[in-house]
Amino acid sequence: MPKKPERVVVTVMGQDRVGIVAGISQTLAEHGVNIVDLTSTEMRGLFIMIMLVDTANSKKPLSKLQEVLKEKGKALGVQVMAQHEDVFRYMHRI
Amino acid sequence: MFSTEEVIETFEMISLSHLNVRTVTLGINLLDCADSNIKKMKEKVYNKIVSTAGNLVKEAGLVERKYGIPIVHKRIAVTPISLLLESAIRGVARKSAVARSIEIAEVLDKAAKDVRIDFIGGYGALVQKGFTKGDTVLIDSIPEALASTERVCSCVNIAGTKAGINVDAALKMGSVVKQTAIKTKDRSGIGCAKLVCFSNAPEDNPFMAGAFHGPGESENTINVGISGPGVIRNIVEKSPKTDFRALAELIKRAAFKITRAGELIGQEVAKSLNVKFGIVDLSLAPTPEKGDSIANIIEEMGVEYCGAPGSTAALMLLTDAVKKGGSMATSFVGGISGAFIPVSEDAGMVNAAKKGALTLEKLEAMTSVCSAGLDMIAIPGNTSTETIAAIILDVMAIGVINNKALGVRLIPVPGKKTGDAVQFGGLFGRTVVMPVSKFSSNNFVKRGGHIPSPLASLRN
Repeated sequence: MPKKPERVVVTVMGQDRVGIVAGISQTLAEHGVNIVDLTSTEMRGLFIMIMLVDTANSKKPLSKLQEVLKEKGKALGVQVMAQHEDVFRYMHRI
Repeated sequence: MFSTEEVIETFEMISLSHLNVRTVTLGINLLDCADSNIKKMKEKVYNKIVSTAGNLVKEAGLVERKYGIPIVHKRIAVTPISLLLESAIRGVARKSAVARSIEIAEVLDKAAKDVRIDFIGGYGALVQKGFTKGDTVLIDSIPEALASTERVCSCVNIAGTKAGINVDAALKMGSVVKQTAIKTKDRSGIGCAKLVCFSNAPEDNPFMAGAFHGPGESENTINVGISGPGVIRNIVEKSPKTDFRALAELIKRAAFKITRAGELIGQEVAKSLNVKFGIVDLSLAPTPEKGDSIANIIEEMGVEYCGAPGSTAALMLLTDAVKKGGSMATSFVGGISGAFIPVSEDAGMVNAAKKGALTLEKLEAMTSVCSAGLDMIAIPGNTSTETIAAIILDVMAIGVINNKALGVRLIPVPGKKTGDAVQFGGLFGRTVVMPVSKFSSNNFVKRGGHIPSPLASLRN
């Protein structure tokens, strides 16, 4: 039986450069995390990418995944945050 | 999928405006630990706290990481200890009874340390109508108990809308505050930062020093206190020309979001600990960090320094808008729920006090439209017991007549006079000694007795 989705919002912010989308996507794929949706934009001169991912089949718990993504972000020169989607659902939707 | 604006707004609230959950407080019923054998009672109290709260810090840590929202404090509130003390001091001489009470405080301190929390509340008594033997013993023990422990907080409820004001208790607490300051004089009287007198003390207050697990509560509960002055300040700063009607709307929206974060975190921590989720306290709670200040919000509204004319109206608008927005966002509002105006814990308040804009009298007026009362205020070390008692009575009167939960947390800093700087450290912050009226209230407080409950209590 497929596992219940565990959806997490990954936010990437920083100076735009080659390889950010590829780098973060590759790290997610390596850990068994599926990208459900993706959007990117430029705001106040910064590159911003927002990914909705499913971590139900992740090889690592969310806390470890957050560390891996943070390190990858450092290597790419961007800030990466990963938060369970419920925080956005709770705060912004009635 | 969430919009970029929603995600970025959340990021900015957390990273730039200090959005966090101020406290997740686990309430623990200790009534079943009462025992006439003090040794057995201490064992039961320790074991119950450690077994119930052993995973609090770990589980709360996982939840904060999951949602990316920091939980500043994980704390514990227990049944008022005077209720347990009764059975352990029956037939025991006064001095030994006080010593037993202090032993319980030390057990609470050790349990708090062992479960890695910074404060445990509930070393207190409810004496709004009068004293039992346990109450008087506990109150007498407070100065030594707070001096010999690090993490224990004490709350004594001395007034209520239905009970009136126990003036004898106010006078007694004036003396307890003085003695506590003297016993901790090597640390600027820090013991008093862990001691509060209350009117209408809520049984589910998650904030220290007033937190305790009331006798009307269930076995265990998780109660949450939100934060967010930085978020509101940011909104007011971005709207310099907005009129009050529109400004109130903006604050309501932000308060909704802040409170939802608290609701989510509280529910999740309660679920992970398998305890009941209690309430969200809608109080905006400042910290000494730059920008995380209630005073700064008032100043952003257009008052030069907090305390200048207009401050009370500004605070009324703020508190009301936060309640309106917040009450929609949680399944159960509780605790104190009003903006906090502690002086030393709010860098903007300290600055306003230094400028002479903020006085004790103005704070008293401001507290009639928010919560917390006179909180974390350093006063001259030579302030008399009677004057402290009279200040307490004034705040209790505002609480009783207006059906409000108000507290008094004064620190008569030994050896310091008006205008001197005081450093408490950490969350307690640093402040300046504020002036106290030089006129006497001795004959007033020495009348003693009880101020009857007001007409406002006759609601049936």
